[in-house]
Amino acid sequence: MELCSFLTLDSFITDPLSHEFMRKALLMSSLVAAVCGFLSSYLTLKGWALMGDAVSHSVMPGVVVAYALGLPFSLGAFIFGVGSVALIGFIKQKSRVKEDTVIGLVFTGFFALGIVLVSKIKSNIDLHSILFGSPLGISLSDVKQTIFISLLVVILLSIFRKDLMLYCFDPRHAKTVGINVLFLHYLLLTCLSLAAVVGLQSVGIILVVAMLITPGATAYLLTDKFDNMTIISVFSAIISSLLGIYASFWFDLETGGSIVLAQTFIFLFAFLFAPRYGIFKLKKLFAGYKR
Amino acid sequence: METINYQNFRIEAENICVDYNGKVALYDANLRLKPGQICGLVGMNGAGKTTFFNALTGFVNISKGKIRINGESVRSAQKDQTIAYVPQNEGIDSQFPINVWDVVMMGRYGSMNIFRCPRESDVQAVKDAIERVDLTDHLSTPIGNLSGGQRKRTFLARAIAQRASILLLDEPFSGVDIRTEKLISELFIQFKNEGKTILLSTHDMIHVREFCDLVLLINKTVVAYGETSEVFTPENITTTFGGISPDFLFGPES
Repeated sequence: MELCSFLTLDSFITDPLSHEFMRKALLMSSLVAAVCGFLSSYLTLKGWALMGDAVSHSVMPGVVVAYALGLPFSLGAFIFGVGSVALIGFIKQKSRVKEDTVIGLVFTGFFALGIVLVSKIKSNIDLHSILFGSPLGISLSDVKQTIFISLLVVILLSIFRKDLMLYCFDPRHAKTVGINVLFLHYLLLTCLSLAAVVGLQSVGIILVVAMLITPGATAYLLTDKFDNMTIISVFSAIISSLLGIYASFWFDLETGGSIVLAQTFIFLFAFLFAPRYGIFKLKKLFAGYKR
Repeated sequence: METINYQNFRIEAENICVDYNGKVALYDANLRLKPGQICGLVGMNGAGKTTFFNALTGFVNISKGKIRINGESVRSAQKDQTIAYVPQNEGIDSQFPINVWDVVMMGRYGSMNIFRCPRESDVQAVKDAIERVDLTDHLSTPIGNLSGGQRKRTFLARAIAQRASILLLDEPFSGVDIRTEKLISELFIQFKNEGKTILLSTHDMIHVREFCDLVLLINKTVVAYGETSEVFTPENITTTFGGISPDFLFGPES
């Protein structure tokens, strides 16, 4: 009986939907994926992968402190995310240490602080769900926060879509024609921190950087138009989330890990078979058959 | 069309200094250019050419001195779209997913509304600019698929679309084909006649003699400045390039 229902595609898709927690997880993860995917095309083109890693790890102590104080965890996370970037900038400017070293040491420091705080602050913080995400156990207040932050990021990115693209492409020209480059820099950083905050609910702090770079990298291999890149990035992120959650439901896998793994597989597929930039350029293969 | 007063200075830089975290990149540099003048900026790598450009566009702040563009501050020059910067080919990410049309449209961003929605006039300006650099067949070509010369022309078109009265060109002739070189030199003559002011950096001494009315030789500061025929002497060039003779650098015929 169990095996039978498992074998039909229809029930493979619909069965999980009969559970309230699965519906919620699928919906929230898709939303989070869309936001991270949107931002992802900017981060990959700007070369901010390491920055994404830094910010997402640095939010750890913020989450812990916020839980301990009964504040919205996104607030704490946001403060520490932006704080880490400010600290990176400060140390870089005031010392001779190279930037990637500064980034590495600041975010590991913040992350370590978070872990130490968890062990010291007596509360019901679930370390596992912070580190690895818990889309299946997301609470109602978290849902509200996530929707609010997601909408905020999407609106900001939509308004400044073209300016941010110009900022990534040619900041010097942006400055020359009177566009506020400093504002765009901090806008992108703010969106990065906010996206990291919502992303960590899906896949956890350790893997959230994947949500922020992998969809963009996949899309970058598939198109030469920025708008298409954003669309592909968003959709590949959403599909990965759905695949990951279904896989975790049917095969009893860690959810966050499954989502990121799905993203990685989609990237590998693009890496191998992308029409123009893949290893086995599909376009050329087909052209060869025609002859 | 506003009338151009050829007696007023377009660019006035007085004793400007730029330093990056205490490291001096440029000091006590002066420059004055009028409408219709083409000035060559010559110096070694690291002599402060790009820094000079950055100071004029406001991309870096000057630590001392004064810059006036059309008699006003750099900030208001930015707002008025007065200065266009044409980058070196190496200065941009050629793999960025963007096509010729969209790059040239970026020249209009500064005068659009916050959402950067192109108006009819913007579309026309972009069309005209692309036509002037002879890239009409490549409107939707990604910049990664262009040759070095075509890419250079794309950014030149962006400057034209911007309708700037001052053009700053970083190595406009490096890595371009003969056709592009010819087209750029024709455009220079047109720009001059339109009363635009051009400041270009170059390594090529022949180009300086060919196009530039004035030349600014720099090595962290101004070594010499004036009419090309007077200032562009082997002695001055040798000083600019740190004692290496121009014959050795550019061959005996230059």
